Parts: sequence; C-alpha cells; structure tokens
Amino acid sequence: MRKALGIQEGWEQSVNRRTAVKRAFGARKGWSQQIVFLGPCLLFFLTIVITPFILGFYYSSTDWNGLDLDKAVWTGSANWSRILHDDNFWKSLFFTLRFTVISVVIANILALVLAFLLMASLKTKNVLRTVFFMPNVIGGILLGYIWQFIFTKGFATIGDLTNIAFFKLPWLGTPNTGFWGLVIVFVWQTAGYMMIIYIASLAGIPKDLIEAAKIDGARPYQLFTSVYVPLIMPAITICLFLTISNAFKMFDLNLSLTKGGPGTSTQSLAYNIYSEALINNRYGLGTAKALLFFAAVSLITITQVLITKRKEVSA
Amino acid sequence: MKVSQYKTKTFVLEVLAILLAFLFLAPFYLVLTNSVKTLKEILLDAASFPQLFHWSNYTSVWKMIDFPQAFWNSLQISLLSVLLIVLFSSMAAYQIVRKPTKFNSFVFLLLVSAMIIPFQSLMLQLVRVTSMLELRGELYGIVACYLGFGMPLSVFLFHGFIKTVPLELEEAARVDGSNPYGVFFRIVFPLLMPIMVTVVILNTLWIWNDYLLPVLIIGGNKDLTTLPLAVTKFFGQYTKKWDLALAGLVMAITPILLFFLILQRYIVEGVTAGSVKG
Repeated sequence: MRKALGIQEGWEQSVNRRTAVKRAFGARKGWSQQIVFLGPCLLFFLTIVITPFILGFYYSSTDWNGLDLDKAVWTGSANWSRILHDDNFWKSLFFTLRFTVISVVIANILALVLAFLLMASLKTKNVLRTVFFMPNVIGGILLGYIWQFIFTKGFATIGDLTNIAFFKLPWLGTPNTGFWGLVIVFVWQTAGYMMIIYIASLAGIPKDLIEAAKIDGARPYQLFTSVYVPLIMPAITICLFLTISNAFKMFDLNLSLTKGGPGTSTQSLAYNIYSEALINNRYGLGTAKALLFFAAVSLITITQVLITKRKEVSA
Repeated sequence: MKVSQYKTKTFVLEVLAILLAFLFLAPFYLVLTNSVKTLKEILLDAASFPQLFHWSNYTSVWKMIDFPQAFWNSLQISLLSVLLIVLFSSMAAYQIVRKPTKFNSFVFLLLVSAMIIPFQSLMLQLVRVTSMLELRGELYGIVACYLGFGMPLSVFLFHGFIKTVPLELEEAARVDGSNPYGVFFRIVFPLLMPIMVTVVILNTLWIWNDYLLPVLIIGGNKDLTTLPLAVTKFFGQYTKKWDLALAGLVMAITPILLFFLILQRYIVEGVTAGSVKG
C-alpha cells in the first residue's frame, strides 16, 4: 500500500514537475512575446509622453531656466503665487475662453448648414465636399500666413474696389479685429472637417423617420430640433469635443497670423506658455502654467462629453 | 424619381453652395495669382489677374529656402515615423486585445488617458528629456518623439479593430504550426488594412504639418529643417516682400494639397472613421 502510494506520489511529482517546466517554458515564451509586441510601444510612450508629464509636477515648482538643471531649485509655491498675479496669463485665459466659445459655435453652425446643403441631391456634391474640406489638410502655420496676406493686402484691395467698410477695417491691427481674424481662419479651417462628420451622421438617419415626422405635420424648425438634433447627438458630441479642444489649444494659427499681437492682446493660453518659456526663458514658470493648462483642457472637454453624451438617444 | 426631384429649390441650394465654395477658395486664388506678380503689382492691386507670369519668384525662393532639402527632410521624417507607428502600435494593440492581463489593460488605459494631455503641457520637460538622451538635433530623435506621441490614438484605433477580427483564423494558423509572430504578421496584419489607412492618413497629416515639435527638437540643426520650419523662417525674414513670401507659401502647400486631391476619398473616409471612433 505504502509502496503503491509512494509510486503514486512519485508519479504525481514527476507530472507536476513536467507541467511546471512546461509552464515556465510557456511563461518565458509568453514573456518574450509580451516584450516583442508591447515593448517598442511602451518604450517610446513612456520616454516621450509619461516621463515628461511626471517631471512636469516637479519642475513646475522650480525656477528652472531651461539651460542648467543645477539651478532648477525648488521654490515651493513661488511660481503659483506668481501666476496668480500674472495679468497676462489671466488675460490670455479669458481670451482663449472667449475665442473657444465663439469659434466653436460658429464653426459648428456653419458645418451643420454645409452638411444639410450637401445632403440635398446637388449635382456638384462631391466637388463641394472636397472644396469645403480642403483647408483642413493644410497646417495651421501655413493657413495663418495665407490669411496674413488676405487680411493685410487682399482685404485692403477689395475695400478700395468696392468701398465696403468691412474690408477697410484695420484687420490684425487692433485687438478686436485681430480676435475676429483668428475666428474667421479657425472657422474656415474647421467647418469642412466637422461637416463630413455631420454628413456621415445625417446619412445614417432612417428616411421613414423623417417622412413620418413630416406627415405628422412637423415644421422645419420642429423637424430640426426634435428629430435631427437628437438623432445626430453622437456626432454633436464628437464635433464639440474636437472643436473645443482644438480651439482651446490653438497655437500654430496664433503664431503665424497675429503673433499674439498687437501687444499681447490676442495671445492664446498655449502661446502664453510658449513665450514664457522660450522667449522669457522661465521654463519653471512655463511648466507650472502648462500644468494648469492641462487641468483646464481636461476639465472643459470631460464636462462637455459628459453633458452631451447624456443627451444621446437611439433611433 | 431622384432626377425629377431636382426642382427650383434644389437649384437655388446648388447655386448657394457653389457661391460658398468660391468664398472658401478665394484665399487660395488670391495667394496663387499674386505669387507670380512683382511686388509693385501686388501693392498696386492685389485683386487683378497677373499681366505677366513672373516665375522668377519661384526660382529664387526655390534656392533661398533650399526647397528640395526641406521637402526631403519632411518626407523622410513623415515616412519613417508613420511606418514605425503603424508597426509598433498594431503589435501593441494585438497583444493588449489577445492577452488582456491586468498589466496590459492598465497600459491601454494609460494610453487612452494620455490622449487628453495637450502638447504644451509636455514640451518643456520633453526638451529636457530629449537632450539628456541625446535625441535632439537628430533624425532618429524626432522620429522617436513622433513614435511616442503617435502611440495613444493609433493603438486605440487598432485595438477597436482587432477586437472584431475572429479568433478562429488565428487558431487555424496556430494548429498548422505558426508561431505567434507568424500568426500576427501573416494572418492578422493584412486584415488590418481598413483601419491602417485611417492610422496612416491621420498621422501623415499631423506629422507633415507639425511645427512646434520640430522647432523644439531639431530647431538648431539646419540640415533637418522641415517645410513648415523653412517657410516660417523665410516669412520672418521677408515679411514685407510678398512676391517672394507668397511663392514660398504656394510651394509649401502644394505637396500636401496634391496628396489630398489624389487620395481624397480615402482621406475623407479615414479622417471620419478616426474621429468617430476616437
């Protein structure tokens, strides 16, 4: 009996050992696969995105000047209290918020109008879609330069020819017209992109639903607010998210169109951070501002997505 | 039925839409026509059609900004980055979907959350990290940066797609004796084509047009200057010389516009798919 048990035990042990070896071998194979497949992605992501992000929490409380790190001394809350009294920072925050609200509203309304236009069975539909989308493939830097010419030379000439006051304004020359100049270019760049998202969404609405509403006597306005809008809510969520975050993070356009000027009157938040660090060489302070910038972007976009997501219904 | 519906109302809408399209195109028209005028002509009347085509604007700018070099740099950086982003992000997404361990799910969560971080919140510390690793001023350095920033959205898009790839296909290949790498590269990778188009287009547009990252990472090294950098520098030096500035501008936007016009169907679809899923 005992002997038999011993044999039994020995056999079990050897089986256990064999599965253990197999498992270890399998685990090693699993490990090598994990490293080969996920390794490169993690290596670059952790080095380029996560490390700087974590370092930001430290540098934001130092007086780092961008050059020697020895001088990046911990200064406690000095940067934060400095930001509190930095009028330019709050002015650029207010400018950015105002810019975001106005350009997001205009860009999305225009995008919706264009989408409805192209949903009608127009003969030139495909060409028009291409034209409206085109500005979006060109980078903000180049768009800004194109419009710098249009505002300073093109508009002036048109103004001389037509005598319309609108074209004779000192575009880019005053804080207010500079603001609207940025809005115009941003809308021109973004509307076509949002348009194709709205078109994709409108095309997915069942035709009979619209017909039914029409038979029930819905007016165009009612049709829009109670049928179309609820049904394209997912697209509205996406478009608002994209336009809000792009407008709030506007930088390239700001740099090439107005350079934040005249003075610092059209300076976006992103531009303010850039100039604090790369022009004033206050990297520590810039990092602190950038951290606040991150908090603001997250707060605004997450709130927006939560609000509009709640309004989504299914057809 | 469709044709008979083309009534006066549709015609009015059509005319309205075409007028809007012309308004959208007007800036391009003005830049294009003025780029072949002399400076005097531009200052006198920017709206007129050029009487004589001064191609000399183009030939001088071509040399001044060293267009071939800048174009080649942009092309090199974009191609290398996009190629490696596609390779590494699809591999990572495959591993995350097929081996959903706690660690891998956490990595995915980290990648997705990182999408919300604005570039400005990282750039200063990134300058520090890249100088320390001696990545600044090098081709592989800027490519490494694009790989890092490109991962989150690309992994996310591949992840969503790979979830829909049936496991049976892979199991059949595994029974036939393929190792995991063979299964991925011979069976799964080719199936990813539709979403790959989206990933390639979104990353190409972004990297080709990017300005701030190249300024920070390769700013000092003139041999690596990309097109947006070259044009910006040129614009800074010739602010009032519109004849040259506009010719440079046309040269800089031509490659990306051609890319768009040739591949427009894929680009519009790709961008839509990317934003709807993203």
